[in-house]
Amino acid sequence: MRLYLSEGSPQGLKVLAAAGASGARVRLERVPPDGHVVPFLTHPRVPALHLDSGTFLFSPNAICQYFFLLAGKEHTDLTSQWLEWEATELQPAVSTALYGHVVQGKKGGEVLGAIRKTLAYIDQSLTSKTTPYLTGEAESVADIVLWATLFPVLQDEFCLPDELQALRSWFRIMNLLEPCRNAVESVLTPKGAEQFKAYLQKQPVSCLHSEKPATNEPEEEELAQRSLSEEEIAAAADAWAKGAAALPERWQPQSPILPVEGRRNVLITSALPYVNNVPHLGNIIGCVLSADVFARYCRLRNWNTLYVCGTDEYGTATETKALEEGLTPQQICDKYNTVHTQIYQWFNISFDYFGRTTTPHQTTIAQEIFHRLLERDVLLTDTVEQLRCERCERFLADRFVEGICPFCNYEEARGDQCDKCGKLINAVELKKPQCKVCKGSPVVKTSQHLFLDLPQLEGRLEQWLEQSWATGDWTANARFITRSWLRDGLKPRCITRDLKWGTPVPLEGFRDKVFYVWFDAPIGYLSITANYTAQWERWWKNPQQVELYNFMAKDNVPFHSVVFPCTLLGAEDNYTLVNHLIATEYLNYEDGKFSKSRGIGVFGDMAQDTGIPADIWRFYLLFLRPEGQDSAFSWHDLLLKNNSELLNNLGNFVNRAGMFVCKFFDGRVPPMELGTDDKRLLAHVTLELRQFNQLLEKVRIRDALRCILSVSRYGNQYIQVNEPWKRIKGPAADRTRAGTVTGVAVNIACLISIMLQPFMPDVSATIQRQLCVPQACNILTDTFLCLLPPGHQIGTVSPLFQKLELDEIEALRQRFGGGQPEDSSLELKTHAAHPSPGARMSPMPGAGSGLARDPQRAKELAEAVTQQGNHVRQLKTSKAEKGQIDAAVATLLELKKQLALAEGKAAEVPAPKGKKKK
Amino acid sequence: FEASANPAPGEVAGLPILPRSSCLTLSADSESSPSPSPGGGAASPVLQINNGPSLTGLATIATHLVKQAKKEQLLGKTAEEKAVVQQWLEYRVTQIALPCTKEDTRVILKDLNLYLEDKVYLARNNFTLADILMYYGLHHIIIDLTVQEKEKYLNVSRWFNHIQHYPGIRQHLSSIIFMKNRLFTNA
Repeated sequence: MRLYLSEGSPQGLKVLAAAGASGARVRLERVPPDGHVVPFLTHPRVPALHLDSGTFLFSPNAICQYFFLLAGKEHTDLTSQWLEWEATELQPAVSTALYGHVVQGKKGGEVLGAIRKTLAYIDQSLTSKTTPYLTGEAESVADIVLWATLFPVLQDEFCLPDELQALRSWFRIMNLLEPCRNAVESVLTPKGAEQFKAYLQKQPVSCLHSEKPATNEPEEEELAQRSLSEEEIAAAADAWAKGAAALPERWQPQSPILPVEGRRNVLITSALPYVNNVPHLGNIIGCVLSADVFARYCRLRNWNTLYVCGTDEYGTATETKALEEGLTPQQICDKYNTVHTQIYQWFNISFDYFGRTTTPHQTTIAQEIFHRLLERDVLLTDTVEQLRCERCERFLADRFVEGICPFCNYEEARGDQCDKCGKLINAVELKKPQCKVCKGSPVVKTSQHLFLDLPQLEGRLEQWLEQSWATGDWTANARFITRSWLRDGLKPRCITRDLKWGTPVPLEGFRDKVFYVWFDAPIGYLSITANYTAQWERWWKNPQQVELYNFMAKDNVPFHSVVFPCTLLGAEDNYTLVNHLIATEYLNYEDGKFSKSRGIGVFGDMAQDTGIPADIWRFYLLFLRPEGQDSAFSWHDLLLKNNSELLNNLGNFVNRAGMFVCKFFDGRVPPMELGTDDKRLLAHVTLELRQFNQLLEKVRIRDALRCILSVSRYGNQYIQVNEPWKRIKGPAADRTRAGTVTGVAVNIACLISIMLQPFMPDVSATIQRQLCVPQACNILTDTFLCLLPPGHQIGTVSPLFQKLELDEIEALRQRFGGGQPEDSSLELKTHAAHPSPGARMSPMPGAGSGLARDPQRAKELAEAVTQQGNHVRQLKTSKAEKGQIDAAVATLLELKKQLALAEGKAAEVPAPKGKKKK
Repeated sequence: FEASANPAPGEVAGLPILPRSSCLTLSADSESSPSPSPGGGAASPVLQINNGPSLTGLATIATHLVKQAKKEQLLGKTAEEKAVVQQWLEYRVTQIALPCTKEDTRVILKDLNLYLEDKVYLARNNFTLADILMYYGLHHIIIDLTVQEKEKYLNVSRWFNHIQHYPGIRQHLSSIIFMKNRLFTNA
């Protein structure tokens, strides 16, 4: 079972201490305080316990009780009474006290004031009994829970007044218990109560029971009609009337694009995809697609923008693949670089330059940085123990070793990082290491290596981070991950490897070695730019003029926020360091939320074969972009979003607006006489547009997409209410009205085509072609302008989207959802550099293998499951006997299990949220 | 026994598993059992057992009575089920007991609806004390729902309807009508 904890949640102490006291074996997962763990809860609740059966426990007290139950300690009337009291009385009081202390800065006695009554009650109960603990001679779950709740306010027994003698001595004993001491060490930092600040600030002061409403669900419901002031309405109408004349001139950067004095110069990178792997949907949304939307948006804002990316090509995985295919590593890279290029082209990724890391520039720049580091004495030499597989006759790269994690005992930890606890690992520290190629046991050999002296650079790093965080937009997970790295203290990091396929180390004694990819790969950003322009230094050694955005999935964060900045800081050459680090969470596939081993997914090249246009893929991936929390790709949801949001909402609106112009006004935008309602609409659309801009400036891509859908919803509503198709047949006044409504609507459609451009470039271009929108209009400002003036001639209007049919989607789901590539080596080749969302989505060997698939039987079973499901529902609606229903449900579950087996999945029991047992 | 200052009198008194054993007698004198609990004591029910210590708290008392009646299965059979039952009892006394805002209620119903999507009862396939207390706690909320809302929270409705028809559960509470045919396709 997994226990999800976050820093600064006072409840974490309780569950850890209970786990310790009861000897429960749990796997710890650290998540941000607002981490969404329990799938069915709207508000994040951490700690939470995810049982192997799939059940979630989200109440800390229930989790504690569960641990004690596992140890055979049943709850008694007394323990339940204490726990209930703690939940209903003590916790609210302590929260108030802590809030007063940490957030409002109250001190000493004032703090205790809020809990004086509850403390006295505990003291009285202890005094009236003769036992040292609350419920008897030994500590129970009640003692642990109460202690943990009190600890954040009390810390030690000395702040308790003398008259509470019994409470004092109980608290002292509890503080000394080993599980309590361990819990404190593991959860709390030396900051004391301060660390609860972030958590507490989220609690409303008046009602400390309920939590802040989640912000992740802005959708559903009707459009929240914000009340508009008269000024806002008038301003919107004025702005509108100015028309295209008010547009600034479009910025056309020179080729090559270079920073320009006096302009906003934006440099965008997306994490370099590892060359050996075909990128999958998770990869695409996590890096290149997100960065692409932002780059396109920047260009629409007239910012001077350069977007570079490329394939990361060095490393053992390439060497091995080359051996397998009988090619040279360079040939392998050439081959896969083409695959990547084609996929990104298909997805319409607008790189200004897509390069690669195996170029002479890479060697020059990496070696130069290395020399500077060497001169400045921030490199160390050390002898390293390294795993060598004698059977394969090679030192094993981290990625080629697997074993048991020394920190959390996860059995499939990789050689460089544990997927479970996220800690970085030295391959030699793995318990029971295994060569991933031949399954042999590698032996430890020694070799001389160079290290980047991170401890020496730590001070400079922190100084820079402080400044970057104060001025830049770093996603919460990026800050969180970085902070936890710094908290654990930095250690020297090895930057060389015993390989051949890499950038050679230009130093005597190390000539047979190459740079480790994590030193080398980020330098790729620089060398790729150098391949684009000889004046690359104007981007990369120009922090005064350039704003740097790095896009990546969260597992890449430490290398971009700690290791690479330290490299550049250490080299002291006025490098441009990241200003905005934008990291996504993971995208999962279908219901494989926590079941890594089921991992099946859609890969970039396969997306093309589905017949679904690239823009639909872009839309859906961006719609569920894992911002702030993991999200999951689902075929049925894709169908739903396509048919509801694109077809019925956006497509329908744009099409109707255009059709009215064609049918009723001969393809010319009619004259408009704006009334109050029309102006009000303009103001609402303007508000959405501003919101859109604000969100995108903060790179909240997913939320910004929803603004576009809101604009089109306003448009639909407007047409629906005003019924131009009826008015056009009415008297003159009605016909004028029909003209106004049509004219405003088609201008909204025009605005949508511009706002949509970063997200769906093809659809945007199609709309603009249909409406004959001039290229010069492709600029976004904070005002909604009448860009298609009366008399503007539009072209031929046709539907933008196609309905996706259920059987079509079902067929795709079967195709990608069942057992797919036999090529289990794919996973093996995922590079350490970019395991990213992909590690979760790429096919994993072993999961489904060994389970014979049987399509015919699966079909029969699927039918049986449907039938039995209906039967159960019938029984329930007809209020049948409970026993009867239970029996029917049991049959249903059994059928589902068999179905799963027949489909080649490992039997997964009922809960769809269930996590698969290893 | 006596339940004093009980916010929802039926909740404890109405337990279908009421022990009729002689070890408990009713004492009508509410003054004789002052609440030992500070602060919110007035809101918590207290059970005074003859010659024994008193018990405070809705969930605690209900759990005690279930044990007295030898209906332990209502508290869950496995450790996991027991913890789940305790969790929902706590949810009942912490989340639902308070005066809820409209937003709180919406979140409670939404979460519960999602939770119940694949479950017959709160503890999956077994009827437990959690269902009973949650039923009592939610009655005043469900009774105010519109037909459309009932459809929106379909799983909650299904569960609630199921529980209220469970023999002996409803006691004095009114029976709430649920439509079987759907009226709102978008609900």
